[in-house]
Amino acid sequence: MSIAAAADHGPPPIPASEAGPAPKRIYVSFGFWIFLLSDIVMFSAFFAVYAVLVNATAGGPNGAELFSQTNVAIETACLLASSYTCALMSLAVASRNRLQTYLWAAVTFVLGGAFLALELQEFSNMIAEGATPQRSAFLSAFFALVGCHGLHVAAGLVWLIVLMAQLTFEGFRARVERRLLCFALFWHALDIIWVGLFTVVYLMGVRP
Amino acid sequence: MTTPEDRAPGEAEPFSETGEGHGTGVLVYTIGLGVAVLLTATSFWVANTPALWGPGVGLGLAVLAVAQMGVHLVFFLHITTGPDNTNNVLALAFGLLIVFVVMFGSLWIMNNLNENMMPSPDLMNLHMQR
Repeated sequence: MSIAAAADHGPPPIPASEAGPAPKRIYVSFGFWIFLLSDIVMFSAFFAVYAVLVNATAGGPNGAELFSQTNVAIETACLLASSYTCALMSLAVASRNRLQTYLWAAVTFVLGGAFLALELQEFSNMIAEGATPQRSAFLSAFFALVGCHGLHVAAGLVWLIVLMAQLTFEGFRARVERRLLCFALFWHALDIIWVGLFTVVYLMGVRP
Repeated sequence: MTTPEDRAPGEAEPFSETGEGHGTGVLVYTIGLGVAVLLTATSFWVANTPALWGPGVGLGLAVLAVAQMGVHLVFFLHITTGPDNTNNVLALAFGLLIVFVVMFGSLWIMNNLNENMMPSPDLMNLHMQR
Protein backbone atom coordinates (compact mmCIF):
# COMPACT_ATOMS: atom_id res chain seq x y z
CA MET A 1 0.00 0.00 0.00
CA SER A 2 2.70 2.43 0.99
CA ILE A 3 4.79 1.30 -2.01
CA ALA A 4 1.90 2.01 -4.38
CA ALA A 5 1.44 5.43 -2.78
CA ALA A 6 5.15 6.13 -3.19
CA ALA A 7 4.96 5.12 -6.88
CA ASP A 8 2.08 7.54 -7.38
CA HIS A 9 3.65 10.51 -5.68
CA GLY A 10 7.37 9.74 -6.01
CA PRO A 11 9.97 10.95 -3.56
CA PRO A 12 9.21 14.20 -1.73
CA PRO A 13 10.21 17.34 -3.68
CA ILE A 14 13.77 18.53 -3.14
CA PRO A 15 14.05 22.16 -1.98
CA ALA A 16 15.59 24.43 -4.62
CA SER A 17 18.55 25.14 -2.34
CA GLU A 18 19.49 21.44 -2.33
CA ALA A 19 18.70 20.63 -5.97
CA GLY A 20 22.20 21.42 -7.27
CA PRO A 21 23.06 23.40 -10.39
CA ALA A 22 20.49 23.74 -13.17
CA PRO A 23 21.10 21.83 -16.41
CA LYS A 24 23.40 23.55 -18.88
CA ARG A 25 20.52 23.96 -21.36
CA ILE A 26 18.71 26.16 -18.82
CA TYR A 27 21.50 28.51 -17.86
CA VAL A 28 22.95 28.82 -21.37
CA SER A 29 19.65 30.05 -22.77
CA PHE A 30 19.01 32.18 -19.66
CA GLY A 31 22.38 33.86 -20.18
CA PHE A 32 21.49 34.44 -23.81
CA TRP A 33 18.15 35.89 -22.68
CA ILE A 34 20.09 38.39 -20.52
CA PHE A 35 22.22 39.30 -23.55
CA LEU A 36 19.09 39.84 -25.65
CA LEU A 37 17.60 42.11 -23.00
CA SER A 38 20.81 44.16 -22.92
CA ASP A 39 20.64 44.34 -26.72
CA ILE A 40 17.08 45.64 -26.43
CA VAL A 41 18.28 48.26 -23.91
CA MET A 42 20.88 49.35 -26.48
CA PHE A 43 18.16 49.63 -29.12
CA SER A 44 16.07 51.73 -26.73
CA ALA A 45 18.90 54.30 -26.73
CA PHE A 46 18.80 54.40 -30.55
CA PHE A 47 15.00 54.74 -30.41
CA ALA A 48 15.31 57.61 -27.93
CA VAL A 49 17.84 59.40 -30.16
CA TYR A 50 15.57 58.95 -33.18
CA ALA A 51 12.50 60.23 -31.32
CA VAL A 52 14.40 63.30 -30.13
CA LEU A 53 15.84 64.12 -33.56
CA VAL A 54 12.90 63.17 -35.78
CA ASN A 55 12.02 66.83 -36.52
CA ALA A 56 15.61 68.02 -36.93
CA THR A 57 15.59 67.69 -40.71
CA ALA A 58 17.79 70.78 -41.33
CA GLY A 59 15.69 71.69 -44.37
CA GLY A 60 16.23 68.23 -45.88
CA PRO A 61 13.63 65.56 -46.66
CA ASN A 62 11.47 64.22 -43.82
CA GLY A 63 10.06 60.75 -43.28
CA ALA A 64 6.80 61.34 -45.13
CA GLU A 65 8.74 62.25 -48.29
CA LEU A 66 11.20 59.36 -48.05
CA PHE A 67 9.43 56.26 -46.80
CA SER A 68 7.42 53.85 -48.95
CA GLN A 69 4.72 52.08 -46.97
CA THR A 70 4.41 49.27 -49.52
CA ASN A 71 8.09 48.48 -49.10
CA VAL A 72 7.76 48.48 -45.31
CA ALA A 73 4.69 46.22 -45.46
CA ILE A 74 6.59 43.66 -47.57
CA GLU A 75 9.61 43.86 -45.24
CA THR A 76 7.35 43.33 -42.22
CA ALA A 77 5.65 40.35 -43.87
CA CYS A 78 9.05 38.79 -44.68
CA LEU A 79 10.35 39.16 -41.14
CA LEU A 80 7.14 37.94 -39.49
CA ALA A 81 6.97 34.91 -41.79
CA SER A 82 10.64 34.13 -41.13
CA SER A 83 9.97 34.29 -37.38
CA TYR A 84 7.22 31.70 -37.89
CA THR A 85 9.39 29.39 -40.01
CA CYS A 86 12.17 29.77 -37.42
CA ALA A 87 9.69 28.55 -34.79
CA LEU A 88 8.82 25.58 -37.02
CA MET A 89 12.57 24.89 -37.28
CA SER A 90 12.75 24.81 -33.46
CA LEU A 91 9.97 22.21 -33.43
CA ALA A 92 11.81 20.15 -36.06
CA VAL A 93 14.95 20.32 -33.90
CA ALA A 94 12.96 19.23 -30.83
CA SER A 95 11.74 16.14 -32.71
CA ARG A 96 15.22 15.50 -34.18
CA ASN A 97 13.96 15.74 -37.74
CA ARG A 98 16.99 16.67 -39.81
CA LEU A 99 15.25 17.14 -43.17
CA GLN A 100 12.57 19.46 -41.75
CA THR A 101 15.23 21.40 -39.85
CA TYR A 102 17.12 22.07 -43.09
CA LEU A 103 13.90 22.93 -44.92
CA TRP A 104 12.67 25.49 -42.37
CA ALA A 105 16.16 26.91 -41.90
CA ALA A 106 16.36 27.45 -45.67
CA VAL A 107 12.95 29.18 -45.74
CA THR A 108 13.97 31.34 -42.75
CA PHE A 109 17.22 32.25 -44.50
CA VAL A 110 15.48 33.17 -47.77
CA LEU A 111 12.87 35.34 -46.00
CA GLY A 112 15.52 37.05 -43.87
CA GLY A 113 17.63 37.60 -46.97
CA ALA A 114 14.65 39.11 -48.80
CA PHE A 115 14.10 41.49 -45.87
CA LEU A 116 17.73 42.55 -45.94
CA ALA A 117 17.73 43.01 -49.73
CA LEU A 118 14.64 45.25 -49.57
CA GLU A 119 16.18 47.31 -46.79
CA LEU A 120 19.47 47.75 -48.67
CA GLN A 121 17.55 48.74 -51.80
CA GLU A 122 15.63 51.34 -49.76
CA PHE A 123 18.90 52.69 -48.32
CA SER A 124 20.57 52.94 -51.74
CA ASN A 125 17.50 54.70 -53.20
CA MET A 126 17.56 57.21 -50.35
CA ILE A 127 21.29 57.83 -50.76
CA ALA A 128 20.84 58.24 -54.52
CA GLU A 129 18.25 60.96 -53.79
CA GLY A 130 20.76 62.77 -51.59
CA ALA A 131 19.21 61.62 -48.30
CA THR A 132 22.52 60.43 -46.86
CA PRO A 133 23.30 60.07 -43.14
CA GLN A 134 25.31 63.31 -43.37
CA ARG A 135 22.31 65.33 -44.62
CA SER A 136 20.57 65.95 -41.29
CA ALA A 137 20.40 64.79 -37.68
CA PHE A 138 17.12 63.06 -38.51
CA LEU A 139 18.76 61.00 -41.27
CA SER A 140 21.78 60.18 -39.06
CA ALA A 141 19.44 58.84 -36.39
CA PHE A 142 17.37 56.97 -39.00
CA PHE A 143 20.36 55.20 -40.57
CA ALA A 144 21.83 54.40 -37.14
CA LEU A 145 18.59 52.85 -35.84
CA VAL A 146 17.41 50.97 -38.94
CA GLY A 147 20.96 50.10 -40.00
CA CYS A 148 21.71 48.62 -36.56
CA HIS A 149 18.67 46.35 -36.86
CA GLY A 150 19.75 45.41 -40.40
CA LEU A 151 23.24 44.51 -39.11
CA HIS A 152 21.63 42.25 -36.51
CA VAL A 153 19.62 40.49 -39.23
CA ALA A 154 22.75 40.06 -41.36
CA ALA A 155 24.63 38.60 -38.36
CA GLY A 156 21.68 36.26 -37.74
CA LEU A 157 21.83 34.99 -41.34
CA VAL A 158 25.56 34.24 -41.04
CA TRP A 159 24.92 32.52 -37.71
CA LEU A 160 22.19 30.37 -39.29
CA ILE A 161 24.59 29.15 -42.01
CA VAL A 162 27.21 28.29 -39.38
CA LEU A 163 24.62 26.37 -37.33
CA MET A 164 23.46 24.39 -40.36
CA ALA A 165 27.09 23.47 -41.08
CA GLN A 166 27.50 22.35 -37.46
CA LEU A 167 24.30 20.31 -37.69
CA THR A 168 25.62 18.63 -40.84
CA PHE A 169 28.96 17.69 -39.33
CA GLU A 170 28.05 17.15 -35.67
CA GLY A 171 24.41 16.06 -35.81
CA PHE A 172 21.89 16.72 -33.04
CA ARG A 173 24.40 17.06 -30.23
CA ALA A 174 23.42 18.82 -27.03
CA ARG A 175 25.71 21.77 -27.76
CA VAL A 176 24.32 22.21 -31.30
CA GLU A 177 20.78 22.07 -29.92
CA ARG A 178 21.61 24.73 -27.34
CA ARG A 179 22.96 27.00 -30.08
CA LEU A 180 19.84 26.43 -32.18
CA LEU A 181 17.68 27.38 -29.17
CA CYS A 182 19.70 30.59 -28.73
CA PHE A 183 19.41 31.37 -32.44
CA ALA A 184 15.61 31.04 -32.30
CA LEU A 185 15.54 33.43 -29.32
CA PHE A 186 17.72 35.91 -31.21
CA TRP A 187 15.55 35.74 -34.34
CA HIS A 188 12.28 36.24 -32.44
CA ALA A 189 13.81 39.16 -30.51
CA LEU A 190 14.79 40.83 -33.80
CA ASP A 191 11.17 40.57 -34.91
CA ILE A 192 10.03 42.22 -31.65
CA ILE A 193 12.46 45.10 -32.28
CA TRP A 194 11.15 45.40 -35.84
CA VAL A 195 7.59 45.80 -34.48
CA GLY A 196 8.73 48.87 -32.53
CA LEU A 197 10.75 50.06 -35.49
CA PHE A 198 8.07 49.98 -38.17
CA THR A 199 5.62 51.61 -35.77
CA VAL A 200 7.85 54.43 -34.56
CA VAL A 201 9.87 55.13 -37.71
CA TYR A 202 7.64 54.24 -40.63
CA LEU A 203 3.97 54.40 -39.55
CA MET A 204 4.29 57.42 -37.24
CA GLY A 205 6.72 58.99 -39.75
CA VAL A 206 4.43 58.86 -42.78
CA ARG A 207 1.38 60.11 -40.87
CA PRO A 208 0.09 63.21 -42.64
CA MET B 1 8.66 14.11 -8.43
CA THR B 2 11.69 16.33 -8.11
CA THR B 3 11.84 20.10 -7.86
CA PRO B 4 9.93 21.66 -10.74
CA GLU B 5 12.68 22.63 -13.13
CA ASP B 6 13.08 26.15 -14.47
CA ARG B 7 12.17 26.48 -18.09
CA ALA B 8 14.70 27.78 -20.58
CA PRO B 9 13.58 30.97 -22.36
CA GLY B 10 12.18 30.16 -25.78
CA GLU B 11 11.26 26.61 -24.86
CA ALA B 12 7.68 25.69 -25.72
CA GLU B 13 7.23 22.56 -23.63
CA PRO B 14 9.09 21.32 -20.60
CA PHE B 15 12.12 19.55 -22.07
CA SER B 16 11.39 16.03 -23.32
CA GLU B 17 13.80 13.65 -25.02
CA THR B 18 11.12 12.24 -27.29
CA GLY B 19 10.00 15.57 -28.74
CA GLU B 20 6.36 15.16 -27.77
CA GLY B 21 3.93 18.03 -28.13
CA HIS B 22 4.91 18.78 -31.74
CA GLY B 23 1.28 19.19 -32.84
CA THR B 24 0.30 21.60 -30.07
CA GLY B 25 3.54 23.50 -30.72
CA VAL B 26 2.56 24.18 -34.34
CA LEU B 27 -0.89 25.26 -33.18
CA VAL B 28 0.54 27.74 -30.64
CA TYR B 29 2.91 29.27 -33.22
CA THR B 30 0.13 29.47 -35.82
CA ILE B 31 -2.20 31.25 -33.39
CA GLY B 32 0.64 33.65 -32.58
CA LEU B 33 1.28 34.31 -36.26
CA GLY B 34 -2.43 34.92 -36.90
CA VAL B 35 -2.77 37.43 -34.04
CA ALA B 36 0.49 39.15 -35.04
CA VAL B 37 -0.67 39.49 -38.67
CA LEU B 38 -4.00 40.89 -37.47
CA LEU B 39 -2.29 43.47 -35.24
CA THR B 40 0.18 44.47 -37.98
CA ALA B 41 -2.61 44.90 -40.52
CA THR B 42 -4.56 47.00 -38.00
CA SER B 43 -1.46 49.18 -37.44
CA PHE B 44 -1.08 49.86 -41.16
CA TRP B 45 -4.81 50.59 -41.45
CA VAL B 46 -4.78 52.95 -38.44
CA ALA B 47 -1.81 54.86 -39.87
CA ASN B 48 -3.53 55.46 -43.21
CA THR B 49 -7.25 55.77 -42.59
CA PRO B 50 -8.83 59.23 -42.48
CA ALA B 51 -11.68 57.80 -40.37
CA LEU B 52 -9.87 58.21 -37.04
CA TRP B 53 -9.23 61.32 -34.97
CA GLY B 54 -5.76 62.49 -36.06
CA PRO B 55 -4.11 63.26 -32.70
CA GLY B 56 -5.15 59.86 -31.32
CA VAL B 57 -3.49 57.87 -34.10
CA GLY B 58 0.00 57.99 -32.53
CA LEU B 59 -1.25 56.63 -29.22
CA GLY B 60 -3.29 53.95 -31.01
CA LEU B 61 -0.22 52.83 -32.97
CA ALA B 62 1.83 52.67 -29.76
CA VAL B 63 -0.82 50.52 -28.06
CA LEU B 64 -0.99 48.18 -31.08
CA ALA B 65 2.82 47.85 -31.13
CA VAL B 66 3.02 47.03 -27.41
CA ALA B 67 0.21 44.48 -27.84
CA GLN B 68 2.05 42.83 -30.72
CA MET B 69 5.30 42.70 -28.73
CA GLY B 70 3.36 40.97 -25.97
CA VAL B 71 1.95 38.45 -28.45
CA HIS B 72 5.46 37.73 -29.75
CA LEU B 73 6.78 37.28 -26.20
CA VAL B 74 4.04 34.84 -25.22
CA PHE B 75 3.55 32.83 -28.42
CA PHE B 76 7.07 32.86 -29.93
CA LEU B 77 9.38 33.28 -26.92
CA HIS B 78 7.09 31.41 -24.48
CA ILE B 79 7.57 33.88 -21.65
CA THR B 80 4.69 32.97 -19.35
CA THR B 81 3.69 33.69 -15.76
CA GLY B 82 4.21 30.08 -14.67
CA PRO B 83 6.47 29.31 -11.67
CA ASP B 84 9.04 27.69 -14.00
CA ASN B 85 9.44 31.04 -15.76
CA THR B 86 10.08 33.31 -12.76
CA ASN B 87 13.73 34.00 -13.61
CA ASN B 88 12.94 34.82 -17.24
CA VAL B 89 10.09 37.17 -16.30
CA LEU B 90 12.15 38.98 -13.65
CA ALA B 91 14.98 39.56 -16.13
CA LEU B 92 12.44 40.83 -18.67
CA ALA B 93 10.87 43.15 -16.11
CA PHE B 94 14.24 44.69 -15.26
CA GLY B 95 15.06 45.10 -18.97
CA LEU B 96 11.72 46.82 -19.56
CA LEU B 97 12.36 49.17 -16.62
CA ILE B 98 15.67 50.30 -18.16
CA VAL B 99 14.07 50.63 -21.60
CA PHE B 100 11.31 52.90 -20.24
CA VAL B 101 13.77 54.99 -18.21
CA VAL B 102 16.02 55.50 -21.25
CA MET B 103 13.25 56.28 -23.74
CA PHE B 104 10.80 58.35 -21.70
CA GLY B 105 13.60 59.97 -19.70
CA SER B 106 15.33 61.14 -22.89
CA LEU B 107 12.12 62.45 -24.44
CA TRP B 108 11.07 64.20 -21.24
CA ILE B 109 14.43 65.88 -20.67
CA MET B 110 14.91 66.92 -24.29
CA ASN B 111 11.39 68.38 -24.50
CA ASN B 112 12.02 70.33 -21.30
CA LEU B 113 15.31 71.63 -22.66
CA ASN B 114 13.67 72.68 -25.91
CA GLU B 115 10.91 74.50 -24.06
CA ASN B 116 13.22 76.26 -21.61
CA MET B 117 16.18 77.10 -23.85
CA MET B 118 14.45 78.30 -26.98
CA PRO B 119 12.88 81.77 -27.05
CA SER B 120 9.66 80.60 -28.71
CA PRO B 121 8.30 77.51 -30.42
CA ASP B 122 8.52 79.25 -33.83
CA LEU B 123 12.17 80.07 -33.38
CA MET B 124 12.84 76.59 -32.10
CA ASN B 125 11.23 75.21 -35.21
CA LEU B 126 13.45 77.39 -37.38
CA HIS B 127 16.47 76.31 -35.40
CA MET B 128 15.63 72.63 -35.85
CA GLN B 129 15.08 73.02 -39.57
CA ARG B 130 18.15 75.02 -40.48
